[in-house]
Amino acid sequence: MAGIKVFGHAASTATRRALLTLHEKNLDFELVHVELKDGEHKKEPFLSRNPFGKVPAFEDGDLKLFESRAITQYIAHRYEEEGTNLLPADSKNISHYAIMAIGMEVEAHHFDPVASKLAWEQVFKLFYGMTTDQAVVEEEEAKLATVLDVYEARLKEFKYLAGETFTLTDLHHIPVIQYLLGTPTKKLFDERPHVSEWVAEITNRPASQKILQ
Amino acid sequence: MSYTNSVSMDDGNMVFNLMPNADFGYKVHGDPFSTNTRRVLAVLLEKGISYEPITVDLKTGEHKRESYLSLNPFGQVPVFEDGNIKLCESRAITQYIAYVHSSRGTQLLNLQSHKTMATLTMWMEFEAHQFDPFASVLTWEQVIKPIYGLETDQTVVEENETGLENVLNVYEKRLQESRFLACNTFTLVDLHHLPNIQYLLGTPTKKLFENRPKVRTWVDDITGREAWKLACDHDKSWFGK
Repeated sequence: MAGIKVFGHAASTATRRALLTLHEKNLDFELVHVELKDGEHKKEPFLSRNPFGKVPAFEDGDLKLFESRAITQYIAHRYEEEGTNLLPADSKNISHYAIMAIGMEVEAHHFDPVASKLAWEQVFKLFYGMTTDQAVVEEEEAKLATVLDVYEARLKEFKYLAGETFTLTDLHHIPVIQYLLGTPTKKLFDERPHVSEWVAEITNRPASQKILQ
Repeated sequence: MSYTNSVSMDDGNMVFNLMPNADFGYKVHGDPFSTNTRRVLAVLLEKGISYEPITVDLKTGEHKRESYLSLNPFGQVPVFEDGNIKLCESRAITQYIAYVHSSRGTQLLNLQSHKTMATLTMWMEFEAHQFDPFASVLTWEQVIKPIYGLETDQTVVEENETGLENVLNVYEKRLQESRFLACNTFTLVDLHHLPNIQYLLGTPTKKLFENRPKVRTWVDDITGREAWKLACDHDKSWFGK
């Protein structure tokens, strides 16, 4: 049995997205460390895993994938019956699936570009001995506030972003949010009661705790 | 016309021409020149599904006003209505249509197994996260800014062309092994690229596609599809409806 392998870095938000999904499903896997600081991801042999030179890369038997959100979706479907269900409760209902799909697009195109910049400026730059650019932080926080206002309105009506149950849509947000909670940006989440509650829920899940170790 | 196992372009076009327009009462709020709106129109046309086009006047900022924000709080086009379901985000809409109408018109998914769907999903992510960031900036700088009387920033163009070249090098390799990006048939993955590619073919960026033989053939194939040509014809696909 060839088994599941994730090639990445335990601190990388994209790698964590994949790890979270595996933990939610209680699946066995091997994490193969890719040393980002040495640029291992931009060299062979990693490039033959992912020609775009990004982590994570993923293997399940002879299936090779990259792009964290493709990996999470594959796991959620292929192992639908195991562990936590990460798809809408009524999985055959295409409208419900479409609502989750919209949420995934919103995370990818509206939330993540801004949130990742904030995490980069305030957390990752420091790992690499660089300084935070406060002007960028202010600009991006203003954009994040706008996105979170939309989330606040949404979470008034529904417990989670795609409906009443936890799905991939919520999961995709967790890694970056965890980093931002250790920065002043935390206030943007705290200031919005429904967003704040949602953040507490999703970051307190056992799987979410596991990826921090 | 040969009836072999492999799907040829002729097969695809013939199916399209024979497909009567089915009416499910769909509405599309958008702008016929918007890349994101065209992405949705392309799928509806590939499937032979009719829709009511509702113009949102981007030039006057209609999409940022209260009345539109109740349709899409992010203030972007398109919005797709199916009865009382309103969907935004073009790539969520295209997937919705492709799944709901999987057996109608052109098959845009690869539903054989978890593995084939995972590969397709992965390539959709590439388009969204690797290709589109560069391609959409290049479209903005060279096509849309001039329409609004703004000046193209050549430095930005150069930077993004460099980024796009790296992506297209990966595509060139991929297209040596596979006729289309996800598999050997045209799917949503290729379709998602069309709106930006179409605009970029009218700019100097065109050379990036032409310099790579496999990419060039692929671009010719996908931009030559009947449904796509219709999507770009705003009289037929929008104002004349």
